[in-house]
Formats: sequence, C-alpha cells, structure tokens
Amino acid sequence: MKNVYSILKLTLFMVVLLAVIYPMAVFGIAQLAANEGKGQTVLVNGKVVGYQIIGQKFDKSNYFWGRPSAVDYNAAGSAGSNKGPSNAEYLEVIQKRIDTFLIAHPYLKKSDIPVDIVTASGSGLDPHISPQAAFIQVKRIAQERNLSEDVVQKLVESKVNSPQIMGTPFVNVLELNVALNELK
Amino acid sequence: MNTELFGVISIFILSILVAIPFGKYIAKVFTGDKTLFDPIFNPIEKFIFKLSGINATEEMNWKQHLKALLSVNMVWFFFCFFILLFQGSLFLNPDNNPNMSPDLAFNTAISFLVNCNLQHYSGETGLSYLSQMVLMFLQFVSAAVGIAAAAMVFNDMKERTTDKLGNFYNYFIKSCTRILLPLSVFVAILLVFSGTPMTFEGKDTITTLQGDSVSVSRGPAAAFIAIKHIGTNGGGFFGANSAHPFENPSYFSNAVELWAQLLIPFAMIFALGFYLKRRKLSYVVFGVMTIGFLLLVIPTVISELNGNPAITKMGISQTTGAMEGKEVRFGPAISGFWSIATTVISTGSVNSMHDSAMPVSGTMQLLAMMVNAFYGGCGVGWLNFYIFIILAVFISGLMVGRTPEFLGKKIEAREVKIAAFIAILHPLLILAGTALASYFAANDTAMGYWFSGNATGWLNNPGYHGFTEMLYEFTSSAANNGSGFEGLGDNNPFWNITSGIVLLLSRFLPIIGPVAIAGLLAHKKFIPESAGTLKTDTTIFGVMVFAVIAIIAALSFFPALALGPLAEYFTLK
Repeated sequence: MKNVYSILKLTLFMVVLLAVIYPMAVFGIAQLAANEGKGQTVLVNGKVVGYQIIGQKFDKSNYFWGRPSAVDYNAAGSAGSNKGPSNAEYLEVIQKRIDTFLIAHPYLKKSDIPVDIVTASGSGLDPHISPQAAFIQVKRIAQERNLSEDVVQKLVESKVNSPQIMGTPFVNVLELNVALNELK
Repeated sequence: MNTELFGVISIFILSILVAIPFGKYIAKVFTGDKTLFDPIFNPIEKFIFKLSGINATEEMNWKQHLKALLSVNMVWFFFCFFILLFQGSLFLNPDNNPNMSPDLAFNTAISFLVNCNLQHYSGETGLSYLSQMVLMFLQFVSAAVGIAAAAMVFNDMKERTTDKLGNFYNYFIKSCTRILLPLSVFVAILLVFSGTPMTFEGKDTITTLQGDSVSVSRGPAAAFIAIKHIGTNGGGFFGANSAHPFENPSYFSNAVELWAQLLIPFAMIFALGFYLKRRKLSYVVFGVMTIGFLLLVIPTVISELNGNPAITKMGISQTTGAMEGKEVRFGPAISGFWSIATTVISTGSVNSMHDSAMPVSGTMQLLAMMVNAFYGGCGVGWLNFYIFIILAVFISGLMVGRTPEFLGKKIEAREVKIAAFIAILHPLLILAGTALASYFAANDTAMGYWFSGNATGWLNNPGYHGFTEMLYEFTSSAANNGSGFEGLGDNNPFWNITSGIVLLLSRFLPIIGPVAIAGLLAHKKFIPESAGTLKTDTTIFGVMVFAVIAIIAALSFFPALALGPLAEYFTLK
C-alpha cells in the first residue's frame, strides 16, 4: 500500500511537469506566433472570413472550387471518405463528379481534369488544390464575372505556390478567391 | 515529382544523421554521465523522488523492474479511465463534449497507456481539453516506460554477471526529462510557428467568404502533436490526425513531424552501440532494419505515385498520383513514405487515410506492423528485435551444432521458450482476432449489445477491402501502432473491448519477455569470446536475423494478406 501511495505521488508530480508546466510553456511561446496561437485568420475589410489553412466550401459558380470533402468542409470535425480503391460504389461517385465537372466546364476534355479535384482529401478540410485544378476553372470564372480570361489566368499564376527544393505545387483556394473578389 | 522525391530522401537521410549523435547522448543519459540538462533537472528529480518516497538509486533485479513497471501502469490506467468517464462535468471543456461510454473509455485509456493510440473517437467531439492533456501525459510516460525497459535490457547486455540492473524509476524519469521533454518543447515551438494552434479557447464560428456559417475546432494542439511524434504515440488531437491542416499545416511541418517520429527509434539503435561500446553490432542491427524498411517503402511510394488504375481507366489526368484521402500540400510520395514510417515504428499517426491507399501500400503497411521490429516504437522496437536476435542465435547455434551464445552468455531452453512464445503471440492475437470478426461479418450476425445491427454494418467497404479493414484493426492493435483503416465502425463494445484486450496483451507480454530473457542472461556466467563463438556483429548474422524475421512474418501472415490486399490488387489490375 505504501508503494501505491508513492506511485500516486510520483504520478501527481509528473502530471504537473508534463501536462501542466509543459503545455503552459508552449502556450506562452505561442503568444508570439500568428494570431497568438489561435490559428491564422484571413481578414476581408477587417472581418474574419476564414482560417488560412482550413479549407472551406465553394460551390457557387463565380468562385474557384476546392476538392470534394467527406465532412462537407464543416471544420467542427474532420475525416476522409475512407473508401477503398476498388469499391464499386466509390468509383461510381468519382465518375459522377467527373461528369458534373464536365457539365460545368463544357470546354474541357476529360484528360484535362486532375485527379485531386474529384477525390476527397484525408482531412476533408484541404485548403489547397493543384495548380492544374485552378487553371481549368479560369474560363468559367472569367465568363461568370465578365473578366478577361487573361486577367484571371494571371491571378492564378500569381497564387501558385511552387516548391523550390522539396514539396508539391499548390494553390490556396480561399486566398485565390479573396484575391478574385478584389479584381474589378 | 522530382521535388517530391527529393523531399522524401532528404528527410530520411537527415533523420539518420541527427540520430547518430543523439544516440550517443541517450547512451550518456543511461550510463549516468553528465549531460546538458543536468543543472535544470537534477534538482527537480531529487525533489520529486524525495517527496514521493522513492529511492531511485537502489539497484533492482529484473523482477523488481517489472513489478515497478506494471504497478505504475496500473495506477495510470485508473487515473485516466476515470477522467475520461467523467470529462463532461469536469473543467476545461469549452465545447461541452460528453462523458465517454465505459467501453470507449476502457479502450482509450488502455490504448494511450500502451503507447498505441488507437482512437475510436474523434478528438473534436470526443474529448474535453482536460482529457486531451491527460492523454498527453500518457503519451509522455508510455514512451518513457518503453525507453526505460530498453535501457534495462542494454544494461543486462554488459559483459559481467550480475543481478543489479539499475533502477526503473531512475531510467523512467530520465527518459521523460532528458529525452522526451526537451525534444517535445523544440518540436512544439516549430509547430506553433508553422501555424498549429495552441489555445484553450473552444470552437470558433465564422461566416465563410461564400456566406456559409461554419464552426472551426481549435485547441491546445501544438504541445500534444509534438509528444505524439517524439514518443511514437500517434494519437491525433483532431479526428483526421496529421492530415488535418491545423495538426500539420505545411510541407515543412510535415517534415518536422516525420523527423520527430523517426528520431528516437533510430537513435535507440545507435545508443545501444555507444552504451555497450559495440558500435558494429548497432550498425548491423540498423542495417537489417533499414533494408527491411526500404523493401516496404519503395513499392509503396511507387504504387501511390502511379495512382489508382480504376480511376486511370476513367480517362482523367492522374499525373499527381493517387489523391483519395491525401492532402495536396503533401502529395502521394511523402504520404506513402509517411504511411510506412508510421507503421514500422509504432507511431500510427497518419497524414493520409490508409483505408484509401493502394492495395500494394496496404500490404506494405500491414507487413510493417506484422514484423513490428524494423526500428519500432520508443524502446519497444529494440525489445521486439531482441526476440528475433535470440531466435536467430538459437537457430544458428543448431545449424553449426554448438551451444548458442549471445554476447558471452549461453542461450538455453528457458530463454528460447520465452522468445518463441513472444514471437508466436503476435500472429496469434492478430489472426485469432481477425478470424473472430470475419466470422461474424461473413455470417452477418446480429450482434446485440456488442454492436447495433448486423456485423457487416461495421465495414465501410465491401469484399476483400472490407476483410482488410478488420485485419488492419487487429494488426494495428497487436503492434501497438494505432493507425487504422478508419472506415471501420470501431466505436462499439465489440471493437472497443476486443482490441482493448489485444492491446494489453501485446504491450506487456512483449515487454516482460525480453526483460526476463535479458535478466536471466545477465545472471549467467560470462564466457569470453573464443574461436568457436558465433559473432553477432557480422553481415552473415545480419542476414540470418533478416531470414528469421522474413520467415516468421511471411509464413504466419501470407494467407491473411492473400485474402485481403493482395486479392484486391489483382482485381484492380
């Protein structure tokens, strides 16, 4: 019994060190980070319209669209579809997404569509799409917003994040759409 | 593409380069030499031990070590279990998440206690911040227990005859304060400045650019995610684990998290060499592990970069590789690499959804956990490998007709029996568990209390892939890994309780076994090396160990793999 009492005391001290002092130290340091460690936000006219790295739903035709999401971009949770690669129902869903995308972009060939724009991400909150997925939407956006294709194309080009040494190229959809609203 | 592969290779090499000096540091910590952090932590440790009434200088034999190890774990289990049961009405719960059901609390408490972090809940809705902090405490101490057990085995392998094998509490607290805590602070700072939140405020409700109203979960995530990787725990703060943008905001943070989980498993192997002054032995062990790792990782990265053949047939562009369940900022190459890194070492954190990975990758992820000894988790990776070494020494001894010896100690019937038992336990737990679950699924049994509805209801995918979901869950539990084919409906009494039991058995028996063997060997007479000694720090012995591992894993698991991911591979062709 004396032993259990010792272990309880040891546990208490370790809890204080590892689960109180350690997180409070990190919390203290986080006050120096962007938005005091509450997650970096995107502001438009002083109003928060989103978190920079949390994807949001864009389904209106005058915005660039992001990837499909298994949680419909509700960031109160997060999940992937967890569909296996050979699942027939899942493959039908992909086929439907391709068809829908082609209807919205009648000027495209199937082989222009990159796979990321018809598949769901791991988190359901992916803030990014591949540059190709942004470029193929340019014509639609230009028509919807009565802008010249050239201007929209240049905007996307300026928002492409290309890795210098390691990584993958991507476009942040929210950032792109915020910049799109500012074109006029 | 090139920048993707360059990223993978440079992160791997960097991890090895840092692990060598860090291994030297770990060896210093356990030999009791002076280290950088002594002035800060020596007084704190003395204070803690004095007030707790624990004598941390008393030398223990292997039985006392195990007794101390099991007692602390017992206390921690009940502590955590009750917090989870009553989290809803305790403090630090800004999102008003409810209490856990008893079976889920049982599974969760065990799973974090055993360094597995199988999560049958989603962090955003399943835990209060208090529970997150308590689980974080377990992430520290469970890793420290593994390292302490490995340190004791290191001590046993010295060239002498003794029962005095160091002190468990001393090894344990030093693992926490000298190894895990400083590294976690470092990683947490990198994450905070990469964009991972560290706040005690609850969900934020915002109106999106398009005008929808959504909530965004936040929390004290950075501290949690640091130790989750440093301690090879793998339990995510958010449901989607390291695929969640807050948990892993960028390619840089992804590299940091990969490095963080590889560091201690790599360094422990080098520490062994520095500690025993047998660096060649540690290079042989590291070489065997690295060959095993590369054999698993290369096919995975290739198959992910090639993408899903069924989608290629639809005629769209799949030049970026398979993207279902993957994030654009990481891409398939590093996601494939991560999926094997996280399964060979027992982290189990994911940055892509394994359930949606290609069948070849699924096979490799499963094999990584079935072997469970290539690098392996904090401390326990070495313990698992130790079992294979004992078996390889025994088999080699039989082949040349001599009494097998390892580092000057005779390996006799008792040690081999223990090693064989531990080696058989792993396939037994995995295959028996999978057989039970598959039996119910095949008959679509009504499960009553155990699961609402019929058994096929817990599958998220039909056919071979569905079978793999069940196989993966038990493999992950038995390997104390914690990743999952997350489509499986696992938050119900059937899965919570069966996997909870597997977790317990497969954590503590594989610690008890090697500690007992090493303790028994330490007690034996030391025989100096002679011309007839089987040298264990040679390439030939490395090949021998590799063969033993391959035979045990391949023969035990091949039929199950053939029914699951391999069958799926051939249907997709």
